[in-house]
Amino acid sequence: MAIAAPSISSAGASTQPGGGAALAAEQLSIFYSDKEAVKKVDLSFAPSSVTALIGPSGCGKSTFLRSLNRMNDTIASASMKGSIWLDGEDINAPGTDVVTLRQRIGMVWQKPNPFYKSIYENIAFGPRYHGIKNKKELNEIVESCLRRTALWEETKDRLHQSALALSGGQQQRLCIARALSVQPEILLMDEPASALDPVSTAKIEELISELKQEFCIVIVTHNMHQAARVSDKTAFFYMGNLIEHNDTNIIFTNPENKQTDDYISGRFG
Amino acid sequence: MKATIEPSTRSSEGANPAAPTPGEAVSQPMNVSSNQSTGGKPSGNKPVARKRSRSGNEWFGKTYTMICVSVLIITIFSIVYFVASKGLATFFVNGVSLKEFLTGVKWAPDGEPQTFGALPFITGSFMTSILAACISAPLAFCAAIFMTELMPKFGKTVMQPVIELLAGIPSVVYGFVGLSVIVPFLRSVFPGQGLGIAAGAIVLSIMILPTITTIATDAMSNLPRGLKEGSYALGATRWQTISRSILPAVLPAMLTGVVLGIARAFGEALAVQMVIGNAPHIPNSLFESASTLTSVITLSMGNTIMGTVQNNVLWSLALMLLTMTFVFIFIVRVLERRSLR
Amino acid sequence: MRLSNKQVDRIATGVFYFFAFLIIVILGGLIGYILYRGIGHISFDFLTSPPQTFKVGGGIGPQLFNSLFLLVLTMLITVPIGIGAGIYMAEYSRPGKFTDFIRLVVEVLSSFPSIVVGLFGLLVFVNYFDLKFSLLAGALALTVFNLPLMVRITEQGIRGVPREQKEAGLALGLTRWKTITKVMLPVALPTILTGTILAAGRVFGEAAALLFTAGMSSPRLDFTDWNPFSPVSPLNPLRPAETLAVHIWKINSEGIAPDAAQIAAGASTVLIITVLLFNLGSRWLGRYMYRKLTASK
Repeated sequence: MAIAAPSISSAGASTQPGGGAALAAEQLSIFYSDKEAVKKVDLSFAPSSVTALIGPSGCGKSTFLRSLNRMNDTIASASMKGSIWLDGEDINAPGTDVVTLRQRIGMVWQKPNPFYKSIYENIAFGPRYHGIKNKKELNEIVESCLRRTALWEETKDRLHQSALALSGGQQQRLCIARALSVQPEILLMDEPASALDPVSTAKIEELISELKQEFCIVIVTHNMHQAARVSDKTAFFYMGNLIEHNDTNIIFTNPENKQTDDYISGRFG
Repeated sequence: MKATIEPSTRSSEGANPAAPTPGEAVSQPMNVSSNQSTGGKPSGNKPVARKRSRSGNEWFGKTYTMICVSVLIITIFSIVYFVASKGLATFFVNGVSLKEFLTGVKWAPDGEPQTFGALPFITGSFMTSILAACISAPLAFCAAIFMTELMPKFGKTVMQPVIELLAGIPSVVYGFVGLSVIVPFLRSVFPGQGLGIAAGAIVLSIMILPTITTIATDAMSNLPRGLKEGSYALGATRWQTISRSILPAVLPAMLTGVVLGIARAFGEALAVQMVIGNAPHIPNSLFESASTLTSVITLSMGNTIMGTVQNNVLWSLALMLLTMTFVFIFIVRVLERRSLR
Repeated sequence: MRLSNKQVDRIATGVFYFFAFLIIVILGGLIGYILYRGIGHISFDFLTSPPQTFKVGGGIGPQLFNSLFLLVLTMLITVPIGIGAGIYMAEYSRPGKFTDFIRLVVEVLSSFPSIVVGLFGLLVFVNYFDLKFSLLAGALALTVFNLPLMVRITEQGIRGVPREQKEAGLALGLTRWKTITKVMLPVALPTILTGTILAAGRVFGEAAALLFTAGMSSPRLDFTDWNPFSPVSPLNPLRPAETLAVHIWKINSEGIAPDAAQIAAGASTVLIITVLLFNLGSRWLGRYMYRKLTASK
């Protein structure tokens, strides 16, 4: 498995044991009550790369993604077996500080979900909670996060208006900006553009390509063109199984597995 | 070094040298040492102190909400305990016979000899509340049909608020209106003073109308669309659809509503007390003065001395009200379980 | 003669219309009657002067104040506990026996007859805690009566918050408690506030639970004395206090003032108008807050 050279944001992380990747799932199974939604998946994610998870609806890719920051904890019936390694620590180990874990792993959802607060508050909320009280510092964070998501010019005059007044695409970029505000190392994106128009989608994809310089990004997508455009690696899920995982250009040009081939060429899904 | 982001590399990251790093601002200097000292602890790039304050915060939330819940639990147990201990004293301390209490028809706590027959109040309570439900249930059914089937728009904008308002009117106001409108009306039409079971039941029927209507309306609007459409598609008229498809389907919910209505009527005190006349007998007609469990408690509690048998029997009546509450809830639960199946 | 299906249908529809309008007429008549009887009696003087026992011209000033003050006291106790327990039910409870049990507790507590709650208050707050007939004892009794409602309102409000809001809070590395209080509670606030105001209307009109807790009399109040520890101060929570609703009950059953009927009508009018205001106010506020929160026009 090719791992990118240790990069800036995870210099410490990639030297750890546990596969050498920033984040890796090992023999991971996830159950809803008795139903096995994800079956013994081994998958690792390199720093400074984009991995796309593709597959038909209900194949377990979103469930898998949500387990990476233990968001499935909020679903009472969900349970997990196997390990997820982050810097050599199993995030499912008892005693793990879930709160810190989630701060290190940012998340973006399918539907834009800005807080019911002002644009400014959406960004400043996390950092303030994590101990930054200085107004000037907060202002800088807000500005830089909005700049990185190309929202600054559009919103700088109405920072204190409700975030819900923004358009869908702007809201989604705001949500990405919000995720960046607490300095995560990894970004999980659950079909971040599927609810958006083509122009907004293009902006989000552009943003992903830029952000990958600094983050390990895992993105779930239904859109195979999107997967091909933005990702370095692609993993194909089917019926809870990881069918194939490889460089994106290999998956899309010369997949090893017949099912993968059928799916990406649109024969089912 | 473990999971720590080096400040030097951080600050040079990306195209944004100004990007501030929240984690670093609070934690970097002591970060390394804290991580080293805690070894394999997965506390990441956060100082231990911060983690502790955070778990304290979570602990606070859990404890606080748990305390609030225990207030509820303590309250209910103490209500049951105190009312029961007082109410049972009548039988265990004062030696009043339970049989006499439940079946005796003569209530003379200050008489010679004292008699404590509560049957007049028990019948009074049951009669007023059941009669009230009999008046209210058909009205509620009509109102619910009207709101869901006939004029949904008018129902939503006018009926619904009207019904909600009806639920909000204080019971003393109902009592006042009953006393100044319903009682004189009954007096002019029927023999007697107008005070009595009938007046109580009419007042109560208006009071419980919202309860039954709301439940019936909810049940009707939750019916599957196919049920109605299937009936109409077979050429049934609206009445046929209502009587053959809708009514049977909402009957269990209606029944639940009726029981809840009766429960509310059973426990209502002041509105009934104002219009029922308060004579401690089983009345011969609906238009003769009577009493209920609540009315006799309301009237006599202030005139008896704590600890005396005259006072304790009132607690026995209260215990009976309490027991009936549990019975009603039990019935409602059974009905709900049935309709789920 | 047999009626055709069509005729039966028409008759039935007529019956439904008749009863529906009957209900509206009843309510309209009810409110209209009270207003008609009472509105003429309402004046500034009536609302501010103390009642008279034997003479014409008594007012409801102290009673009105008592009702409002008692409402505030009750809400001060109920809201923090109710919201806490509601949060527990919505967020911390796990499906199981214990949660079912608490649900049952809430249900039972909300169906206890208010007179029984009043008796409990008499025994525990008035006698055991030795609060005597007082505003505080009344407020505690009303808390018992109002708490289950508050729990339900909060639970519903919190459960109504979109899942993604909660997850967004958690994903930023907030603790569960912070996510609830800083992210979810603000979103649920319009719902909770609307419900709370409606509950307040109920508290305002409650009388049976107060007869034996807050008492049926008011001391002579000195409205210039705002020291809460003075026995004649209106703010003293340990003084007995007859509320408006209790007052209506009392003059109807034992009023001897010559104008008792008019006073009852006037007081009922005030009570109804207040409840109406609570009702409309909660709707308006709920809608206003929702619009402000979601930035919709």
